[in-house]
Amino acid sequence: METAQNFMELSKQVVGFIYPNEIDIQWSILIVVYPYITGLVAGAFILASLVKVFNVKELQPTYRLAMLTALAFMLIAPLPLQLHLGRPERSYEMFMTPNLTSAMAMFGFVYLWYLMLVLLLEIYFEYRRDMIVWSSESTGLKKWVLKILSLFSTDISEKAVAFDKKTVKIITIIGIPSAFLLHGYVGFIFGSIKANPWWSSVMMPVVFLFSAIVSGIAMVMLLYMIIKPLLGGKIDMKCLDKVASFLFYAVIVDFSIEVLDFIHRLYESEESIKILSQLVTTKLFISLVVLQILMGMLLPLAVMAVIKVFKLQEEVRKLLYFVCGLLIQLGIFSTRWNVVIGGQLFSKSFRGLTTYKMELMGMEGFLVALALLILPFVILSILIKLLPPWKKEELAGS
Amino acid sequence: MERRDFLKHLCWVITSGGILGGLSADAWAKMLNKDYDTTKHYYGMGIDIDKCIGCGRCMQACKTENDVPAVPFYFRTWVERYVIRTDRTVSVNTINMESDELGDVLAEKDVLRSFFVPKLCNQCDHPPCVQVCPVGATFKTDDGVILVDSKRCIGCRYCIQACPYGARYLHPKTRVADKCTFCYHRLVRGLLPVCVEVCPKQARIFGDMKSIASPLGRFTRMNKIHVLKPSLNTDPKVYYANLDGEVN
Repeated sequence: METAQNFMELSKQVVGFIYPNEIDIQWSILIVVYPYITGLVAGAFILASLVKVFNVKELQPTYRLAMLTALAFMLIAPLPLQLHLGRPERSYEMFMTPNLTSAMAMFGFVYLWYLMLVLLLEIYFEYRRDMIVWSSESTGLKKWVLKILSLFSTDISEKAVAFDKKTVKIITIIGIPSAFLLHGYVGFIFGSIKANPWWSSVMMPVVFLFSAIVSGIAMVMLLYMIIKPLLGGKIDMKCLDKVASFLFYAVIVDFSIEVLDFIHRLYESEESIKILSQLVTTKLFISLVVLQILMGMLLPLAVMAVIKVFKLQEEVRKLLYFVCGLLIQLGIFSTRWNVVIGGQLFSKSFRGLTTYKMELMGMEGFLVALALLILPFVILSILIKLLPPWKKEELAGS
Repeated sequence: MERRDFLKHLCWVITSGGILGGLSADAWAKMLNKDYDTTKHYYGMGIDIDKCIGCGRCMQACKTENDVPAVPFYFRTWVERYVIRTDRTVSVNTINMESDELGDVLAEKDVLRSFFVPKLCNQCDHPPCVQVCPVGATFKTDDGVILVDSKRCIGCRYCIQACPYGARYLHPKTRVADKCTFCYHRLVRGLLPVCVEVCPKQARIFGDMKSIASPLGRFTRMNKIHVLKPSLNTDPKVYYANLDGEVN
């Protein structure tokens, strides 16, 4: 009955007419977190692939960190989905009897493919030699954990290491389309819903993909700037400038695609345009216009342009990059919010708007979402302990 | 493992998946009695807008018959009231069963036209909900009704998002998707859906599209017919007569 009272309160905030069943917003903050997290996975992986496939040497210091970041977020990615289900105990049905026409049914398979075949394998081959060496140098539990992680292999001959390297490269080549698949697919889940004009767009997977790349690069940049000094290393400015440069171009592409989508909608001006305009100018004004576009995109873009044009000092650059990274995270999270929540705030009768009131406690509340966003960082810190992204000489040398 | 063994196992896994996939259909088959032949029927509903007086008895009967939560946020069927003013502005509201309030009450000279529109699941022939359900819990029966296997549904709510008509909701008790079934449990016993049964004006006409002589057959012969949101290509099987262009 508590929900009924909530709905009663909410119904007072409805503007215009909504279908009576629409007062209940079905996809909550957890479904905002889900594409945000998978986006980070795909983006971090794309950054890593720049090193291995496209041989961008300057980015080498971020490679391992990017892979571990992708893994840490990937491990948490299914959790928001699982927790959001009405009947979480039945989620295995998705593997047992997948409906082949459902985009969502493919989640498990895309996820497993990406986690098992791409991330875990690549990290394994990347670290295999080091794990063997480190396990021989350490004692106790760590020795055994590393031994198990290296699957008890012992061969560190040149030939074996050369094989590792080659394999990593091949996996990365498979990994790039897989990363595109992973996040493009998340975009397709929304983009293929013809009932919802805010979602239904062939651009959706592309928008998702580029925003993923933006958020992933920005996240690895932030983590690099925090973690390397924490471990006693120095930030490699050449590397940082290069990461920021890629970030800059990724934001430009992302922004262009979103503007294209926007202009296209406005120009075609279909049946839904009135209600969507009302949505954007009222309920989504702060999260879309202010947070996503102005603060999350145009401001960092301007700052990065300034850095590119004027030769600023190292310390100033670092500070500005850091601020940009944070703003971009805020912007991309808002992007996810605006897609997921925004798409449910207008009635499919196109005659009214409703409101989403986030719970604080509750399974689908703010605290759970926050925990899900913190958890990947905890996992990452454990991963970094076990599999340091930089060797001692790298930390001392740079 | 030898390759041959592996292939054997693979075949086993695939066939068992198929058998499990058929379970939804099994659950449905259990609802049917022996004399009922699903292939002999194909159901649809006609709604005559001009006959509906907005009494809301259909809404009430449906809630009672189908265990729909009483609070006004869950409906398998509902009635919308449209008022189009002389300045062409439109206001819409859902009939409230708990109060006599109608919504905006206007002077006659300010009203251009006004009418009621009963809504329910359109039992689409190309149902988007069935397409998107990840586990196949939502399915179409041979006789054309879209059902939800409440024992299979995982409550992901993708179907609710995919329905263009707002006809689905997540049942707060069972935590699975719920919607109009044309009162399927009544159909298989030869009874009418309860909303059709209680309508005092016969605004709802139920019938079998396979029979020309059925009331629905006659209804679709005698009226100009329109369906909701035809551009979405869902092919609804709820047919409206005298539907206004403002309705969506």
